[in-house]
Amino acid sequence: MRANCWMGRNTVEVREVPDPRILSDRDAIIRITSTAICGSDLHLYDGYIPTMKKGDILGHEFMGEVVELGREVRNLRVGDRVVVPFPIACGHCAACTHGFFSVCENSNPNAALAEMVMGHAPAGVYGYSHMLGGFAGGQAEYARVPFADVGPIKIEGDFRDEQVLFLSDIFPTGYMGAEMCDIQRGDVIAVWGAGPVGQFAMASARMLGAERVIAIDRYPQRLRIAQENTGAEIINYEQTDVLEALRELTAGRGPDACIDAVGTESHHPSGAINAYDRGKQAVRLETDRPHALREAIMSCRNAGIVSVIGVYGGFVDKFPMGSLMNRSLTLRSGQCHVQRYLRPLLDRIRRGEIDPSFVVTHRMPLDEAPQAYEMFKNKQKDCNKVVLTA
Amino acid sequence: MGGADGAGSAEEPPEVATRGTGPMPRLLGVLSAGLGVALLAVPDRLAEIAGLDHLPDHQTVLRGVGARELGSAAGLLSGRRPALWTWTRVAGDAMDLSVLGLALRTGDRERRRRLSVTTGVIGAVTALDLFAAVLATRAARANGRVMRLRASVTVNRPPDEVYRFWRDLANLPRFMRHLESVRVGGDGRSRWTAKAPAGRSVYWDAEIVEDRPSEVLAWRSLPGTLVPNAGRVRFVTVPGGRGTEVRVELGYAPPAGKLGRMVAKLFGEEPTQQVKDDLRRFKQVIETGEIVRSDSSPDGTDLRRHMMRRPAQPLAG
Ligand SMILES: [Zn+2]
Ligand SMILES: [Zn+2]
Repeated sequence: MRANCWMGRNTVEVREVPDPRILSDRDAIIRITSTAICGSDLHLYDGYIPTMKKGDILGHEFMGEVVELGREVRNLRVGDRVVVPFPIACGHCAACTHGFFSVCENSNPNAALAEMVMGHAPAGVYGYSHMLGGFAGGQAEYARVPFADVGPIKIEGDFRDEQVLFLSDIFPTGYMGAEMCDIQRGDVIAVWGAGPVGQFAMASARMLGAERVIAIDRYPQRLRIAQENTGAEIINYEQTDVLEALRELTAGRGPDACIDAVGTESHHPSGAINAYDRGKQAVRLETDRPHALREAIMSCRNAGIVSVIGVYGGFVDKFPMGSLMNRSLTLRSGQCHVQRYLRPLLDRIRRGEIDPSFVVTHRMPLDEAPQAYEMFKNKQKDCNKVVLTA
Repeated sequence: MGGADGAGSAEEPPEVATRGTGPMPRLLGVLSAGLGVALLAVPDRLAEIAGLDHLPDHQTVLRGVGARELGSAAGLLSGRRPALWTWTRVAGDAMDLSVLGLALRTGDRERRRRLSVTTGVIGAVTALDLFAAVLATRAARANGRVMRLRASVTVNRPPDEVYRFWRDLANLPRFMRHLESVRVGGDGRSRWTAKAPAGRSVYWDAEIVEDRPSEVLAWRSLPGTLVPNAGRVRFVTVPGGRGTEVRVELGYAPPAGKLGRMVAKLFGEEPTQQVKDDLRRFKQVIETGEIVRSDSSPDGTDLRRHMMRRPAQPLAG
């Protein structure tokens, strides 16, 4: 089969690789119909996530048709159309039984590697380094899906792929970011990063009753999509001082909750501050650049909530702990427990409360994945979200 | 996975049944005690029997020997460091023999006869002491090589279920990677077969030495095995319906030399990591029903082998 493989920093290649096969009784093999490039794939592309190896198959947002099933999978049939959540979860450990699927205790066979970096290990994730299990990803013609009796959701009805595909990651991720904000009537929610995850966080904050949503980014195209689809007010941080602008917009209070939908590769308008973090990152004194996180903490109103859904890999520097502690802020975070949100969010799509396909700007064949990465990374041609079809 | 060494167990690690020192040191201790008391109580009489009564200061010498005998008796009967105390007896024997050598210069025939008998007896005792000392030293070396490992894991299952799974020893090879099979006999004994390097197998027989349902299970290899080993697993209920803490203590005594190196390989270059990996797989098996495999780790959890693995490409075939 053909698959998009990580070949080194800034290099991906579509190559011929062996077909996946059933390794366990709870496996399924899926023929992929649509897959997407996620913002967090760019952290892999840029070489910031440790334990990638040449030849690793990328991709953790995918959907398709079941072509083969292990003996223990009874909830699916060959031919079913499914969306696959990106965290791999066993469904039976303490974490899974409490709904914390992205920290499943069993699905990462290389948990010991992750423990070295993080203390305890999160779940396995498709196509996201050996530290997260070394599972082949879904930017391919076929994928092996472990614990298929727990993860994938069967799609019935005449939805287009683009309407349901993002249930595998960015829609529930954005939704969880908003849910962690404990939104109350009248709340103002600010979102750093108006990429697709940020856009879904804004749309979800709206669905959960936020009064106002504020989008912070530097790309006019993303800000425009956010404005048009989620009714967000916008701040271009290259033109405006964010802290000042947020004080102004809230008459001094600050947003009630702040969502960091940026993560490790955030950018700062000040050349000096950018250089400081890039320099430390280059010599491995820190692994992540946390401008957005710092700004979210500093901006949040007293006793507010900072919700982190942007992906961080390791260690950050100059963390404003004094602000967090003295002002009674709550910091919440997590990779999305996707399995928890599949059904309720599919119901929202079915009821017409949201059509997630608004994020898509580009559709390309799998074979053009290298060009798609290049375009998505550099935001060429106003690229917001790419869907690849096999 | 909470699994560091020395996870704060109050209990001693299980005793590995290495080839012990046997009853010899204690028997020698009793002998020493008797002789010591006699030498201190009636030195004159003993000197006469041994043919030493012509030596000047023989009473002082024999009292000194008596005190020494009592010293080694105390050491040997204490049960600690039997090898050391047996060797002190050998040294004492050598002193006695040299004193007898001096005494044999006498012209008196009757004394010479008694002295020869005494020398013969002391010579035999020396041989016995030497034999015991060599045995005790070997046992001490084997004990010195005993490796002790600890690891623990929390599983989301009640203790009785976890205990039952473990109590069926035939289940162990499902997650203990170095085991090929455990065959359980009708008499509470079991035969364990392990994979050794170069496609070979090693086996040993074991017995269960402690069995409290849902609480503790301990086993020990039977004497005479190549790799004496023992293990204990405790099942501790975690309050609040949080499942069971499984705390494992293992000990094994690899033989010395080439064989020992082979056994070390068998148990892994990083034995503690191997036990942790075993427990991780145990948790996977009992919670999910399978060993979790990924494309880059088709055999499942194994940190030691992971670094050499291929990238996450699907397997050929
Ligand atoms: Zn993602
Ligand atoms: Zn789980």
